[in-house]
Amino acid sequence: MSEVKSTVFLCLQANDETRGVIEAIERDNEHASFDYQPGMVRITAPGTLTVRRETVEEEVGREFDLQELHINMISLSGHVDEDDDALVLSWDR
Amino acid sequence: MTIIANAPYDFTSNDRQEDFRGAMLVYVGWARHMMFASPYCWPLPPDMPFGALVEGPMAQAFAQHPDWEQADWSTATWTRNGEPFTPDLSKSLADNGLSHKDSLMFTTPGLDGIGGMGF
Amino acid sequence: MDIAVTKKKLGLKERYALMTRGLGWEPTYQSVDDVFPMDSFEGIKIHDWDAWEDPFRLTMDAYWKYQAEKERKLYAILDAFAQGNGHLTLSDARYINTVKLFINGLAPLEYMSHRGFAHIGRQFRGVGPRVACMMQSLDEMRHAQTQVHAISNYNRYYDGMANFRHHHTYLPYLQVPRSFFEDAASGGPFEFITAIGFAFEYVLTNLVFVPFISGAAYNGDMGAMTFGFSAQSDEARHMTLGLEVIKFMLEQDPDNLPIVQKWLNKWTWRGVRVLTLVAMMQDYMLPKRVMSWAEAWEIYFEENCGALFRDLARYGIVMPPCVEQVRKERDHLSHMAWCQFYQARGTNNFHVWLPSKEDMDWLSAKYPETFDQYYRPRFEYWAKMEEEGTPFEAATPPQQCQVCQIPTIFPVAGDPLTRAEHSCTHDGERFHFCSQWCQEIFEDEPEKYVQAKLGAHELYKGNLFGDADPTAEDFDPMAAAMAFLKLTPEDSGLHSDSRDAANFDLWRGLAKANEA
Ligand SMILES: [Fe+2]
Ligand SMILES: [Fe+2]
Repeated sequence: MSEVKSTVFLCLQANDETRGVIEAIERDNEHASFDYQPGMVRITAPGTLTVRRETVEEEVGREFDLQELHINMISLSGHVDEDDDALVLSWDR
Repeated sequence: MTIIANAPYDFTSNDRQEDFRGAMLVYVGWARHMMFASPYCWPLPPDMPFGALVEGPMAQAFAQHPDWEQADWSTATWTRNGEPFTPDLSKSLADNGLSHKDSLMFTTPGLDGIGGMGF
Repeated sequence: MDIAVTKKKLGLKERYALMTRGLGWEPTYQSVDDVFPMDSFEGIKIHDWDAWEDPFRLTMDAYWKYQAEKERKLYAILDAFAQGNGHLTLSDARYINTVKLFINGLAPLEYMSHRGFAHIGRQFRGVGPRVACMMQSLDEMRHAQTQVHAISNYNRYYDGMANFRHHHTYLPYLQVPRSFFEDAASGGPFEFITAIGFAFEYVLTNLVFVPFISGAAYNGDMGAMTFGFSAQSDEARHMTLGLEVIKFMLEQDPDNLPIVQKWLNKWTWRGVRVLTLVAMMQDYMLPKRVMSWAEAWEIYFEENCGALFRDLARYGIVMPPCVEQVRKERDHLSHMAWCQFYQARGTNNFHVWLPSKEDMDWLSAKYPETFDQYYRPRFEYWAKMEEEGTPFEAATPPQQCQVCQIPTIFPVAGDPLTRAEHSCTHDGERFHFCSQWCQEIFEDEPEKYVQAKLGAHELYKGNLFGDADPTAEDFDPMAAAMAFLKLTPEDSGLHSDSRDAANFDLWRGLAKANEA
């Protein structure tokens, strides 16, 4: 085990389409921090970060396919585990 | 080591001396004078006197620095490819033992760049 | 009576399995080794290609849908930017020079990447990675096209962009990024994907597209911001692919470890050397700055690559030894690069300038350990020379590193006033390097790097004279070389003297006021 806790991150364009997604991420990831830079937001979290479809759907008020994230995703780090219900970034496997 | 390839791999160097129409490449840099971002490169005839390299191409490249005109060639020290080297300014590059693509660095004692800052 | 059958919609994982692995087949009249002749010579051992899984599970139908959506958004913004004379809303005309570096240095790499992935998308025998490589190949073509398209809006008004393909092939400083990619593309498929997936996508594009493109947005360049973020949305998938291949190699056979470690060592260094250009763009070329190179380095290398290497430690991978030197160079890199480009400005296809007092104060705040001590005095001295009408300019071509092709500008790590000297002989010929690390890369495959075409050497061999006759009485070698390179006086030199600066001021003035 390493001493340092690795962070994962997800960078999204900051626009109208991602507002609900960002709010959903905020609700589901209390440990995450949000750094707004020109045109984008960089969301970092120690260990793991989860985007849950259900929460996003509640926020945007419609059905949401998690692969829609590809449109506004700028960058990420960590291992990706994606299924129909959640996209999880983590370094712990 | 040698390259791992999936077919015979046999290519000659791109910069052999014979490609330079009789000239040899020589690089010269000036220690403690970082104003010049890197050593410079010239194609020179091997029978050129070493002193002519100093007065010709080197002066052209380095004379923009105010230290240049104070340089004392009797006390200057040189390295060639990182090893100590003592050129005879009256002899040719070839007779000084220079080879194609040798890299020279010279130090001018007492001259330490603008404001003594190595620049 | 018919019973209504509700067909259950396939889940993501099932759909992915059917649309990738389900599309492959076992050859019957040719051996698998003959069908895929290139995925074994590098020594990488793969026992079970089916163990591969693409984490994003993107299938071709979904791929088309989302990529089309990205394109629609991109072109809507590009059109609006062009129609609204967006180039006049930039923070400062100096910014345009970063766009020039982009089109000349980076967009052609996107195209080379397209070709590389098309190639390895044919060569891997596993279906999953083949499909992923094919998508990446299409993405990279899209990146090249959208960058050319977006930047064509600048090319209509400003110099230095019109000959980007020719310049990418011949202009000496552009051989740094070009040779990086050719080095990767002339490796086998596993080395290529390690080089590009790791060094280019994970390390380099994060630093180019995230802080730099955010900087473009900050400087009012909606066009660059949009193509940058649009491209980077694909890179998230690409770096995941690259890292997945690295893990896959390490999991498949312990014999793969030394090969993968060697590639990570090599390509970390190769990537970092190319990043010299990005460091300079960030610290010197953005009139309004979001973060310094050193800050971006901390986030995207120290933090992000640190996490990756901690993760790969389970397979026995260690942090490449060159990283020690990279850390020592962090606070010098952009300054040394700008000093080099300033003095070699006659052979650039973009403009340079000395940092203003305000710029220098920002730089000393960001680089308290190095800027005031080493670099401020240089810029102040050169400013004095400019004022006196004798601006400093290098008249002679530089010595270059045989591997990264950067002029040998780098000092000994930790000793900023002593030039590093590294050389060796191969086959009776001497070769020079910027560093121990480029020398090690050379010594591992000398047969490859002896073929490098270094700018100064090409000039002296007479390879840059085009149709001009060097034996003619009035032959002017510099004029012949400039004509062959298609480098005009308008393309290079000082920003303050440039046609671009004059035009930008004129047009912006016209845009802000009505003529009397
Ligand atoms: Fe790309
Ligand atoms: Fe190098």
